[in-house]
Amino acid sequence: MSRRTRRQILREIALAALSAPIPLQSAQHVHRAAAEVKKKTSGVYKPRLFTPLEWAALRRLAGLIIPADEVSKGALEAGAPEFIDLLCSNNEELAAIYTGGLAWLDRQMENRHGTVFAEAKPEHQTSMLDLIAYRKNMSPDLGPGIRFFEWARRMVVDAFYTSPIGIKDVGYTGNKGQPTFHVPAAAIDYALKRSGLE
Amino acid sequence: MALRISKFRVATPVFCIFISPMQVIRSSPVYDVVVIGSGAGGGTVVKVLTDLGVNVALLEAGPMLNPARDFKEHMWPYQFEHRTAGEKGEYYFGRQKGFGFFSAAQGDWQLDGEPYTTGEGSQFLWFRSRVIGGRTNHYGRISLRFSDYDFKPHSFDGLGTDWPISYDDIAPYYDKAESFIGVTGTKEGLRTAPDGVFQPPPAPRVHEVLIKKACDRLNIPCIPSRMAILTKALNGRPACHYCGQCGRGCIPASNYSSSQVQIFPAMKSGRLKIVTGAMARELITDPSGKVTAVSYVDVNTRQEKRIRCRTVVLAASAMESTRLLLNSKGPRHPAGLANSSGVVGKYLTDNVGFGMSAYIPALEGMPKHDSDGFGGMHMYVPWWLIEDKQKGFPRGYHIEIGGGYGMPGLGSFYGVCRNHEGYGTALKKEIRRVYGNTVSLSGRGEMIPNDKSYMDIDPNVVDRFGIPVPRFHFAWSDYEIRQARHMAETFKAIFETMGGSVLGPSNPAREPGGISIGGTIIHELGTVRMGNDPKTSALNKYCQAHDVKNLFVADAAPFLTNPDKNPTLTIVALAWRTAEYLAEELRKSNV
Ligand SMILES: Cc1cc2nc3c(=O)[nH]c(=O)nc-3n(C[C@H](O)[C@H](O)[C@H](O)COP(=O)(O)OP(=O)(O)OC[C@H]3O[C@@H](n4cnc5c(N)ncnc54)[C@H](O)[C@@H]3O)c2cc1C
Ligand code: SF4
Repeated sequence: MSRRTRRQILREIALAALSAPIPLQSAQHVHRAAAEVKKKTSGVYKPRLFTPLEWAALRRLAGLIIPADEVSKGALEAGAPEFIDLLCSNNEELAAIYTGGLAWLDRQMENRHGTVFAEAKPEHQTSMLDLIAYRKNMSPDLGPGIRFFEWARRMVVDAFYTSPIGIKDVGYTGNKGQPTFHVPAAAIDYALKRSGLE
Repeated sequence: MALRISKFRVATPVFCIFISPMQVIRSSPVYDVVVIGSGAGGGTVVKVLTDLGVNVALLEAGPMLNPARDFKEHMWPYQFEHRTAGEKGEYYFGRQKGFGFFSAAQGDWQLDGEPYTTGEGSQFLWFRSRVIGGRTNHYGRISLRFSDYDFKPHSFDGLGTDWPISYDDIAPYYDKAESFIGVTGTKEGLRTAPDGVFQPPPAPRVHEVLIKKACDRLNIPCIPSRMAILTKALNGRPACHYCGQCGRGCIPASNYSSSQVQIFPAMKSGRLKIVTGAMARELITDPSGKVTAVSYVDVNTRQEKRIRCRTVVLAASAMESTRLLLNSKGPRHPAGLANSSGVVGKYLTDNVGFGMSAYIPALEGMPKHDSDGFGGMHMYVPWWLIEDKQKGFPRGYHIEIGGGYGMPGLGSFYGVCRNHEGYGTALKKEIRRVYGNTVSLSGRGEMIPNDKSYMDIDPNVVDRFGIPVPRFHFAWSDYEIRQARHMAETFKAIFETMGGSVLGPSNPAREPGGISIGGTIIHELGTVRMGNDPKTSALNKYCQAHDVKNLFVADAAPFLTNPDKNPTLTIVALAWRTAEYLAEELRKSNV
């Protein structure tokens, strides 16, 4: 979305607010912006930092952390690997966390299953994640993997839930101008009943 | 004080030649008033004076603000490839400025090349925003009147020092301030939260309804919040459109910022000269002891410049105004200007802060809806135990409420990542289940001034302009520590009454040991106190220096107390009163 568009929307809101009601263009701009992002992330992406093998592993990891399900698509469609690649390509500290973490993962997979992460069978990939996705498994052997997975999980989750797909998934419906603030009575009733405060 | 001023000495070029160490100043205008700083205090003084026909020059260390360009209202994280983490992923390494990428703060806890230091054993953090509008572009807009006893603390319970003015003196200025900037609220008749001139408040959000009901059971008041946000159009500013993004800056100016609400309109008066990028270094006095000019650094060229004035108003924020006085040393005033009492820098306080969050199962599965509302809480808890002498600490605190379906952003789900762990559809389901069900409570309470808490000038450190920097000394006393503990107990009781389970402190890094680090509530003030006795105070009851009749202070430095009410509304009211007094004194040629 161009800045001009945003400014126009705000001007509309400002003008409309004086008279009310507010035009719903502001809600529509959400969808427009979402479509633009989609356009940008389609086509073949060429990673700025990662080697083809690292890129394949990162994509697989992102897809496992936030997969598509019956409600929404997953982290791949939300651009999580591209997001991580962008930041890593601008930040050596972060790049080292990812290249180091992915290399660690590949060596572990080779030792355990005879093949790198990206090329391993799905059940071998998940059995590895079942180890490094939990702090309770912390040990000198798994420590680097657990720490790396915490980074990967946080950033994949960040990328997914800041995308139009993730925002829709959790049901955030705000960021639109409205002339009055209204709370649905059904929501208040629901929470009051369950709270025992009625 | 109702007055209308028609004739003022206009800023006429006065031909005079004098030699300064840096340069020869040829013809330069003398301004009736030079105001230093454009935040809540400076903005108010500029508005009131230009309305009264006075010529004003405003020095501001930061640049001009352009809301349409600078504010990120309505933007989504996905409009940025870095999703608001910053091009270099600064977010992930705690290197992001201000309050995050979307915040309108053009500033931070640390500014490059402009350090501050702390005394041995002290911890203190200082938030500065360098731009027209200062910190008001992005502040929380909580606007609470001080109570009668907040002006007379010593009379009330024997601690601290009474102000030279009372609630009745400032009440008309609270009225003017609220009528002009627009503040929401309801008449409640509480002594701890005096009523004002209010715009109607918005409806409470669901979690706020729950908190209110829980408070009812516990006999704690919970009332509509008082925020400098318009719910009805006012003076050409439209009513809020409920996007919940006040911290990003409001492009249509539906909330108060001194830049948009006071300074931009004053620019149209033809009586305001603004000098941006002008960092005041020192106040220059003549042999009679009056301020004749302000020496400042042009921050872009690092050139030394001067602006001549008939009177000067310091509104650079409490700590900067203090620094300016302490750095304006001379043979006649070796301890700094307006400081024959020696109190300048003393009595530094911040508010006591503590926050806690809880998971509220009652909210789980609730029909999702747009709960943005306006930026910040719609309900709050004013202090209620004013009569209770057994609680183990003096004075009190108010409680701020947070919650709702916020726009997902970086870090929104770290709690789930940490607690649930794992990955895959289970993690996704868990995030969906808990989204929007966390509620937080934050206490903001009164600190009693103590002699371990003060500001002085670090004798060893200068900033990139060569200006000696502030050094902060800070210590909480048992009063504050007991108060923070009381907050924790209260919050737990409220959460449990609504069936919630406490998750823990909401900000453990900023509030180690259950109490905020000094300065982090960003209500630092009190270091150029007013009073009737020139031996124990720097300013008289009009915030005019006892020692220097043409010097005024219009931020929170003059305050004698730092009660359980955020300071900005009182800064605006007091600055308004000071400006009217100054205009009258100018008219009478008394200054
Ligand atoms: C995130 C946040 C939330 C807050 N929420 C609330 C709230 O809800 N309610 C409330 O009451 N308060 C709140 N505050 C505090 C509020 O912002 C301040 O009380 C208020 O802005 C102080 O106004 P001021 O005019 O004293 O100073 P500032 O707003 O800080 O403005 C000072 C100005 O002076 C300029 N300046 C400084 N030094 C010099 C110099 N030497 N020469 C020239 N110019 C100089 C600065 O660049 C700045 O523009 C909040 C603050 C923050 C950061
Ligand atoms: S919530 Fe209202 S006042 Fe705040 S930024 Fe949005 S429109 Fe402006």
